[in-house]
Amino acid sequence: MRGEPLPLLSRVADSIYWMARYIERAENVARFIGVNLNLQIDLPLAPSQQWQPLIDTSGDAELFKEHFGGATTQAKVIEWLAYDTTNLSSIASCLRFARENARSVRETISSEMWAQVNSMYLTIQTQRSLPEPERMLDAFREIRMGCHLFEGVTDATMSHNEAWHFMRLGRMLERADKTSRILDVKYFMLLPSIRDVGTPYDDIHWSAVLKSVSGFEMYRKKYGRIAPADVVDFLVMDNEFPRAVRFCIKSASESLQAVTGTPIGAFRYRSEQLMGQLRAELDFTSVDTVLRNGLHEYLDRLQLKMNGIDEGLRDDFAVRTTPAVASQSQSQGSSTGPTA
Amino acid sequence: MRVDGYDTGGFYDEMFDEARQPRAEAQLLLDTISALGEGQLERCQQAAERILVQLGITFNVYGDSAGTERPFPFDLVPRIVTAREWDWIERGLKQRIHALNQFINDVYHDQKIIKDGIIPEEVVRSAAFYRPQCVGINPPKGVWCHITGSDLVRHSDGRIYVLEDNLRVPSGVSYMLENRDLMKRTFPQVFEGLRVRTVAEYPSLLLDTLESMAPAGVTTKPVVVLLTPGMYNSAYFEHSYLAQKMGIPLVEGRDLVVEDHAVWMRTTKGLRRVHVIYRRIDDDFLDPETFRKDSLLGVPGLVSAYRAGKVSLANAPGNGVADDKVMYAYVPEMIRYYEGEDPIIDNVPTFLCWRDTDRQHVLQNLETLVVKAANEAGGYGMLVGPHSTAAEREAFAAKITANPRNYIAQPTLGLSRVPTLVGNQLEGRHVDLRPYILYGDEIRVVPGGLTRVALRKGSLVVNSSQGGGSKDTWVLESEAGNAG
Repeated sequence: MRGEPLPLLSRVADSIYWMARYIERAENVARFIGVNLNLQIDLPLAPSQQWQPLIDTSGDAELFKEHFGGATTQAKVIEWLAYDTTNLSSIASCLRFARENARSVRETISSEMWAQVNSMYLTIQTQRSLPEPERMLDAFREIRMGCHLFEGVTDATMSHNEAWHFMRLGRMLERADKTSRILDVKYFMLLPSIRDVGTPYDDIHWSAVLKSVSGFEMYRKKYGRIAPADVVDFLVMDNEFPRAVRFCIKSASESLQAVTGTPIGAFRYRSEQLMGQLRAELDFTSVDTVLRNGLHEYLDRLQLKMNGIDEGLRDDFAVRTTPAVASQSQSQGSSTGPTA
Repeated sequence: MRVDGYDTGGFYDEMFDEARQPRAEAQLLLDTISALGEGQLERCQQAAERILVQLGITFNVYGDSAGTERPFPFDLVPRIVTAREWDWIERGLKQRIHALNQFINDVYHDQKIIKDGIIPEEVVRSAAFYRPQCVGINPPKGVWCHITGSDLVRHSDGRIYVLEDNLRVPSGVSYMLENRDLMKRTFPQVFEGLRVRTVAEYPSLLLDTLESMAPAGVTTKPVVVLLTPGMYNSAYFEHSYLAQKMGIPLVEGRDLVVEDHAVWMRTTKGLRRVHVIYRRIDDDFLDPETFRKDSLLGVPGLVSAYRAGKVSLANAPGNGVADDKVMYAYVPEMIRYYEGEDPIIDNVPTFLCWRDTDRQHVLQNLETLVVKAANEAGGYGMLVGPHSTAAEREAFAAKITANPRNYIAQPTLGLSRVPTLVGNQLEGRHVDLRPYILYGDEIRVVPGGLTRVALRKGSLVVNSSQGGGSKDTWVLESEAGNAG
């Protein structure tokens, strides 16, 4: 009587992918704020220098300006990034969207996962405004830990099935995107201050970049001294650090492969092709080449490629209306897949 | 907490007899409650409410844009049903559902009951949920009402009556299941020394029922899905809850497509065949090609696939013909006609306003009767005579005169009460009971149900949309063990 396992509904795959992306996004924003709060104690700067880059990283500086006007202050930035619901990337918005998506796939995820998303949502709903200064760091730490808890609960209570792989796809693509953005903005900011190279000032800044992605300790173990090229190598090309772009793309590509069942080194879908190309590029590029040709240009292209993968996933799985008809053994280069 | 000062207020109380002495089956529970320290029951109650919010066990309130999700209020004091009474209820419901199913099948086929003069043809034809599109359809195994949620009430005479049958898309069973979990979590000590029958097998029985109705020719395990109108429906929590507990996909209309008279769902690997749909969408919205053309919730062509026997629907479209409140009055006759037996559980006496003598009686006695629109649910379109104003009665009299077919009237029922936590003390509140009846290869009733409670003092309206809450329902095992 037992039939084949049913593939996921396309709508469910889409929702679960976005649920994971939004939780990852909320966690990243909380971490950025936390690192900056720390940094300003070590290195007090004008708010425009201290906090504006966080807005720039999120890519909606225009909207922020429109919304608040006047000079950038810490309170405005934190309000905007954490609680403002007109900012669709604020922590509050991300958790709301994550919960909406979770609610629509509640039968697919485990009860424990739902309870955790719902509890994070309720927490930020009741918080709603800036915490007291002495509570500030803890508040954002709690959000981060809440997101980590969700990830842990997910891994421990849900079968690592197709839905789980769609979640991992979402989480890893979001993470790679955020790491590349923070690196881009910070590198751009730090590079002009070449006179500071080798000073404690430089050290603190690069440490902050690493801390922004929770990578300071792991970097230390591997490289010891802080050096810009090594930081880039670590954050982009590292194969073991879970927030390095290459690690993220490797994980995402494994999950995509688990979803499609396509053998390694082949592709049947557009998204698989793009993912494979990006993975190969990260595997076989050295940091020296990247820096020589310009990090900003490199990261820009990287983000475009990841956007392409995201679109590919939507075309390939989320809005599919007709059965896939490609053969298993189609080799790379012969075609771009059934939906192209 | 003191229970000896409890006032039954002259109503039938499920826990205390006329002499205000605890009924035998409630004694242990009342002892436990009496032994609780000051404020302990309140604390348990607050813990339960917190859990409801944390778990997002909520319903969506229509026409309330501010807080669209709200927890369904839960009262910690359970309602107890003895083994003996439950045995009687179970037999009565099985008899009733069997007869109703035969009636529905008859209505859409030979109409023997009309030809034999038991029910007037115009009553059937004018029933709001009669669907001529369903004439001649043969659902698998002849079952039309797979899931029913009949409402039972106990009157001041101490007897239980069927108030409504709820054949179409009954809801609330998820709260029956969650209420028990909530009780076990927040108030575990009350189960001590009592043998309360479990309700936990409901999702498995429901899945069995759904799988039993697979279309002919399906040899593998049938693909069963639950069709929801979506996240903004008031019962969405229940839809996703049941899908999760049964391990079946929760689908929306846009996830399904009809091709070659078969139903398919859109998956990441293309279209996959669907065999059985537990639909939680009303007939009208099921298929724009057959019913309401403006429906965006349904699936075009679904009914033609159903008619062709390529997909099964639970409940069967058209079964609401027997949900009409005028038709309700004929159920005792149906039981006698199809089963050759007297009804085990009685109907509430019902006056049909289209009968001249009945209507005159109703119009003259509005202040003592409850008048209901024949086709409304959720406590809407209703006049509770003793609680009404002269202006309301006048308005209803005009409506009845204008459209007598659409109104019935019943005596105002006492509705029994159960002690309920109000502030820091127990007060009696009126309740009803909705057991759930499954009809697959056989008819099964899960020992329990949803006890709805009118939380407003003196209110007789238990609907969640109008200030109702719910209680856990304890069906006790018989002394000799569970007989059945």
